Amino acid sequence: MSSYKRRLFILATSPTQCRPTSKINKIQHAFWRSVPILLKTLLKLRPSVYDSLDSVKETSTASNMVQWTDFERATIQSVFEKMDYDDVGPAALSRCLVVYPWTQRYFGNFGNLYNAAAIQGNPMVAAHGKTVLHGLDRAVKNMDDIKATYAELSVLHSEKLRVDPDNFRLLADCLTIVVAARMGAAFTADVQGAFQKFLAVVVSSLGKQYH
Amino acid sequence: MSLTAKDKKMVKAFWAKVSGKAEDIGCDALSRMLVVYPQTKTYFSHWKDLSPGSAPVRKHGGTIMGGISLAVASIDDISAGLLSLSELHAFQLRIDPANFKILSHNILVVLAVLFPNDFNPEAHVAMDKFLAAVGRALSEKYR
Repeated sequence: MSSYKRRLFILATSPTQCRPTSKINKIQHAFWRSVPILLKTLLKLRPSVYDSLDSVKETSTASNMVQWTDFERATIQSVFEKMDYDDVGPAALSRCLVVYPWTQRYFGNFGNLYNAAAIQGNPMVAAHGKTVLHGLDRAVKNMDDIKATYAELSVLHSEKLRVDPDNFRLLADCLTIVVAARMGAAFTADVQGAFQKFLAVVVSSLGKQYH
Repeated sequence: MSLTAKDKKMVKAFWAKVSGKAEDIGCDALSRMLVVYPQTKTYFSHWKDLSPGSAPVRKHGGTIMGGISLAVASIDDISAGLLSLSELHAFQLRIDPANFKILSHNILVVLAVLFPNDFNPEAHVAMDKFLAAVGRALSEKYR
């Protein structure tokens, strides 16, 4: 390099202690500001030491997920396989409307809800009960990411339907009672525990998108 | 959410049907509570055996159902009828009142399991209200 160019290089790349005023100062300033950015980019490009640790990768995504035991998974699949959705759905919803009458506020256009007999005989309630239970099926089939499965439904219930999320818990309790009645002695304490845990995750996921 | 005349009638009628199995109901409800809500076990560290259906669980389930029977008999003034029980829970047992709701839920589940046809929605709402009233009466003396 010629001495002129060498002097210019040294001048251009010397660290400046003061605010850039002259053109040379601005060049110096820009050069030194770019160094840490360059270093960061180079570091990002190098292979991450974590990529080689498979177990760390798995748990880092799993840390947000609910942990299910084998018993819980098997129990949930079995309970829902044996369930008659078209019987349990309407029974659970109509029970909820009777036991917690304030939930009727969301069904103003369903017609006659004046007493328990009317509610249990109401065809719109029955149809909606089936819809709700078939909706639960999605969680049964995606137990490892119920939160994502219900993100859209959560937005629907919050933005469009404007349902108080506490109602999900009330319906879940009624569903537990109906399933207990259908299963009888087969609804043991352990099965109840697994079922209630599953419903608690569903209820929590449906409430996640409320802002 | 106080008990209407209709609720009281329904509770008395339903209780008449189920009181024959009161001990089984109490034992099963308590067992379920200890399994499904493990934090409730903290109140029973003095028992040797906390497994479902064990002797202390069965005995205590019977005791609890005795209290429920007393409440049914005093349904027109539950607070007065359960006064001494309320003092017991407030000053000696000091059970967090949130647990009354938990036990009530488990009693309802057991009623559904044992009496699927009788435990219809009307009976369910009456019993739910009644057990909530019992819980409130038991919490009366807490503070």
